[in-house]
Amino acid sequence: MSPQDFDFIAQLLKQRSGLTIGPDKAYLLESRLNPVARKHGFNGLTDLIQGLRLRGDQTLTRDVVEAMTTNESFFFRDTKPFDQFKRLVLPHLLEKRAAKRSFRIWSAACSSGQEAYSLSMILKEFEAKLAGWRVEMIATDLSTEILDKAKEGVYSQFEVQRGLPVQLLVKHFAQEGDRWRIAPDIKRMVTFRTFNLLDDPAPLGQFDVVFLRNVLIYFDQPTKTKVLERVSRQMAPDGFLYLGGAETVLGISDKFQVFPGERGIYGLSAAAQPRMAATA
Amino acid sequence: MKRFLIVDDSKVVRMVARRILEGLNFETAEAENGELALEACRSQMPDAVLLDWNMPVKSGIEFLRELRGWPNGAEPKIVFCTTENDLAHIQEAIGAGADEYIMKPFDSEILESKLTQIGLL
Ligand SMILES: C[S@@+](CC[C@H](N)C(=O)[O-])C[C@H]1O[C@@H](n2cnc3c(N)ncnc32)[C@H](O)[C@@H]1O
Repeated sequence: MSPQDFDFIAQLLKQRSGLTIGPDKAYLLESRLNPVARKHGFNGLTDLIQGLRLRGDQTLTRDVVEAMTTNESFFFRDTKPFDQFKRLVLPHLLEKRAAKRSFRIWSAACSSGQEAYSLSMILKEFEAKLAGWRVEMIATDLSTEILDKAKEGVYSQFEVQRGLPVQLLVKHFAQEGDRWRIAPDIKRMVTFRTFNLLDDPAPLGQFDVVFLRNVLIYFDQPTKTKVLERVSRQMAPDGFLYLGGAETVLGISDKFQVFPGERGIYGLSAAAQPRMAATA
Repeated sequence: MKRFLIVDDSKVVRMVARRILEGLNFETAEAENGELALEACRSQMPDAVLLDWNMPVKSGIEFLRELRGWPNGAEPKIVFCTTENDLAHIQEAIGAGADEYIMKPFDSEILESKLTQIGLL
């Protein structure tokens, strides 16, 4: 691939998804984009890029962006965040939202849905305490293809064995050959929508809990800062933000602060809070 | 160091499992059927058992039922690891007291994630 072609694709990815790729990832471009080229009837990568330059074709652009994003996800990924949700976040919400009996969760960059469904399974355990409550969970991703998979809620034998305790598999999934379909009552708790984190999330409304895990790592620093700033504006003053194991707000955004003693969860910083309270 | 008893009639499977488990810092022992596994438990109770289902002489599920009937039989964590991949078998295993269930084929990532869940890692 010529350096010009590489720059063109890198620029396109950055603009459309925030994804930053360095020249060391040229091999990744080739392996992931060759199938896209074939699908759209191009004779290899050079032709595909030529097509992108000339046509500005939206489905082609979308397919290229989606092919370059990493969708890997697991149920109860890293275990601990979900334990914290059960032990810390849910009890807090049950107490602080007792008057209005409702709260909202956002799984931003939800990929194939494991994160949102893991939370549904936890909420299901609290069914009795949450009787009469309105709990809304919105799960969003840039990729329509991966959202289709999430909405279908069918997983391979490998996928259901990564992170999902067997007791929950048996309880919440039906077997279809060598695939496993999530139960309708777990699925019903989640609404899936297309959303690009580079866009303004204001139309999604305010959230009490935001899972923004394993997506900021693909962005450059200014993009991270901007995304975190926008997310902070959608959070309840006492809301909770979750980031991935390799992600942090430190040195990137002053809108959030670490929860003392709880790695991986962040709350709005004092600086961000009064403004929130005023606009709430 | 925690001790893992690997119970499988296939030598190859035992070897693969042993490599992964030793890599995770477990001490390992092996048995090639349920009967020999009970004997191994009688002489030294392991912390955990990786258990195949179909084996000659005594199957994994028969081993588990007998073991859980012993006074100290509730101690070890039992992880099935088998090609019996249907819901009915999984439910039967849980009913008999299995802690986790791995459907073959599996990889080291799956094994690690399962062992973490039941507190062995
Ligand atoms: C590695 S997955 C993380 C899934 C899940 N949050 C987890 O932690 O397991 C990253 C997801 O981010 C999505 N993504 C990448 N850029 C995005 C953007 N600009 N807006 C929304 N989603 C994006 C990808 O489509 C992919 O599904």
